[in-house]
Amino acid sequence: MSDIVYDIPEVKETAVRHTLAVLVDNEFGVLARVIGLFSGRGYNIESLTVAEVEHDQKLSRITIVTSGSEMVIEQIKRLLERMVPVHKVNDLTTEGVHIEREVTLVKIRNNTPNTEEALRIADVFRARAVDTSQDSFVFEVTDTSDKIDAFIDLMRPLGMTEMARSGVVAIAAGKKK
Amino acid sequence: MQRARKNSAPKEDPAPMEITGAEMVVRAIVEQGTDTVFGYPGGAVLPIYDALFKQNSLRHILMRHEQAATHAAEGYARSTGKVAAVIVTSGPGATNAVTGLTDALMDSIPMVCITGQVPSHLIGSDAFQEADTTGITRSCTKYNYLVRDVNDLGRIMHEAFYIARIGRPGPVLVDVPKNILNQSGVYSGKQVSERKSYNPQTVGSERQVEKAIELMANAKRPVFYVGGGIVNAGEEACKHLTDFVRMTGFPITNTLMGLGSFPASDPQFIGMLGMHGSLEANMAMHDCDVMICIGARFDDRVTGKLDGFSPKSKKIHVDIDPSSISKNVHAHVAIIGDAGIVVGQMANAWKKRNPQLDKTAYKNWWKQIDGWRAKNSFSYQSVKNVIKPQYALEQLYEAVRKRDFYVTTDVGQHQMWAAQFLKFERPLRWMTSGGLGTMGYGFPSAIGVQIAHPGKTVICVTGEASFLMNIQELSTVAQYNLPVKILLLNNGYMGMVRQWQEMFHGERYSESFMDGLPDFVKLAEAYGIKGLRATKVSEAEKVIKEMLAHKGPVLVDMVVDKSENVYPMIPAGAAHNEIVLGPDSRNDGKLDKNQV
Repeated sequence: MSDIVYDIPEVKETAVRHTLAVLVDNEFGVLARVIGLFSGRGYNIESLTVAEVEHDQKLSRITIVTSGSEMVIEQIKRLLERMVPVHKVNDLTTEGVHIEREVTLVKIRNNTPNTEEALRIADVFRARAVDTSQDSFVFEVTDTSDKIDAFIDLMRPLGMTEMARSGVVAIAAGKKK
Repeated sequence: MQRARKNSAPKEDPAPMEITGAEMVVRAIVEQGTDTVFGYPGGAVLPIYDALFKQNSLRHILMRHEQAATHAAEGYARSTGKVAAVIVTSGPGATNAVTGLTDALMDSIPMVCITGQVPSHLIGSDAFQEADTTGITRSCTKYNYLVRDVNDLGRIMHEAFYIARIGRPGPVLVDVPKNILNQSGVYSGKQVSERKSYNPQTVGSERQVEKAIELMANAKRPVFYVGGGIVNAGEEACKHLTDFVRMTGFPITNTLMGLGSFPASDPQFIGMLGMHGSLEANMAMHDCDVMICIGARFDDRVTGKLDGFSPKSKKIHVDIDPSSISKNVHAHVAIIGDAGIVVGQMANAWKKRNPQLDKTAYKNWWKQIDGWRAKNSFSYQSVKNVIKPQYALEQLYEAVRKRDFYVTTDVGQHQMWAAQFLKFERPLRWMTSGGLGTMGYGFPSAIGVQIAHPGKTVICVTGEASFLMNIQELSTVAQYNLPVKILLLNNGYMGMVRQWQEMFHGERYSESFMDGLPDFVKLAEAYGIKGLRATKVSEAEKVIKEMLAHKGPVLVDMVVDKSENVYPMIPAGAAHNEIVLGPDSRNDGKLDKNQV
């Protein structure tokens, strides 16, 4: 049980973006319960990813990016922690440096005047072409959300036809002396 | 395959046995120490009812509506401290239980509800009496399960009781498909089922306890604000609280859910606080400099306008649920833990610290409180031609005060008057729907309490609007001959709604008049239950005494004043010092400016 209760933060009204890593039992209905908490109390989910991380102990990790005032973020963390299937809640935003990544797959029209420009930009972003056909390319980019936003903004006028994003996964950086 | 023989109690068999899912359910409930289950049969739960028929250790009480089954379980749980059990069928059975589950979640009542479900292969096919029970009840239970393998059922049942009981108590639902009830599986008995992910902290941090005691030792105007959390911690915990409060000499107020945790007759008790609490309790909370909150959650009925709530005080908050701390009101010193355990820690720290209290400040504080007390904020005008509801409750209290009595209420004006005029010396004697405010709670809850305490006096104080919501339970009372006493304060209106319409909606009494009421005495007699009526002031005391003396169930139709309002009142959105006193209190409706 962390000490968060005893160090009550001052009330700040501006909305802040926090990335939470929640370790939960991989049981039927657990994800629905976590999402139900956010929807039931009107909290915001910017992105959410979940996958099993420990097969033997049946543990899954849910990475949620949420935003709200500091008091709201505190409430969210405590409400998550008191849930029966939740083992731990780590607020990666406040617990020091952390690494965030998102994956995006972008489909771009082939054989148009913009195609060469698109290929050049993809190079800059170190995007990999994972599919090619007569009509289209599919690029894969793995990077921070900001870089991906930029990539998509650039691709949009250059013949982007379809796009899929994964949501954020995050992990705390190792302790550096 | 082993079967439980009739007239035998299933022994705690350490060796795993092979039994059906239905038998596992029954066995698990008994092994957890719960001897009664409230329920209503249906297609999906017939296997459980078959297993119940073949054994004698678990008693089943047949209610007449699944909502009543959950409220009866709540009454059972609150009056005993045990985890209550409910069995209802799939589809409509489960959806009818939702109100009771939500009520238990809001008031932190430990309960396990077993719902039947259509066979596993039919789930999701819109089968007969199918409902997405786990989906529907996800937000109104502490946790819920859908059983997929009969070999998990034993573990799930015991885990459900564990989760319902520890930390902040609450309802847990177990949804069992019919085919699993019929299948045989391995049952390993009552294991020490701990859930690694769920381990609430019960012992408070010593550092925080010391900080709290330091604040209390230097307080000039302290007050204890104690709620349902200490009642959940048990009778022993309330005894520790009583000793601690007496040790400090501080004034103490209770929330609606906390009544009985401290003896009401003790002069240190300054009454219930909140929207309809006493003047002295609300003013003491407003003017205090140190507020010690134990097992309460700063609910909006208590705080009124948040930015006007106790502006000058430092708050100590003892709670087992970390998400309640600083949710509405900032806590200066927070102590996470079980209320009973933390109170014990605080008492030890207080004894060690042995503080010398500021005698002058202390005397002045009590003088101020006594000044507010003198205004007699609960007072009402007694008249000759109609029974005042407050008078009826005073008569009731006088008649039962010397015995160990239990009271349940419904919701509304009668509930507030019952809280104001009935005095409780011990906890677990007062059952009311606080957080959710469910009309229809009182009567089935009284049934649950009477089942748990067969020889005791159980009184349901209700209004005619609330009573009509679960009136079918008269049949349950008749079946089991439960000597429940129903004191129905009949004013022909939804009283609280009418009061708000009078005060805030220009007396536009929209849909609050109870038309088409039955003759309640005839209705009771139709079920073979004794009915009594009182219409004159001179009859009130006599009828109440007759009600208590009668050996079986009784319904008293007490016709009371139609236009009486509950005072004092802190209007919604107002601060504590904007309290409105009744026209009859010794203050002519205005507060002395010097005392605010």
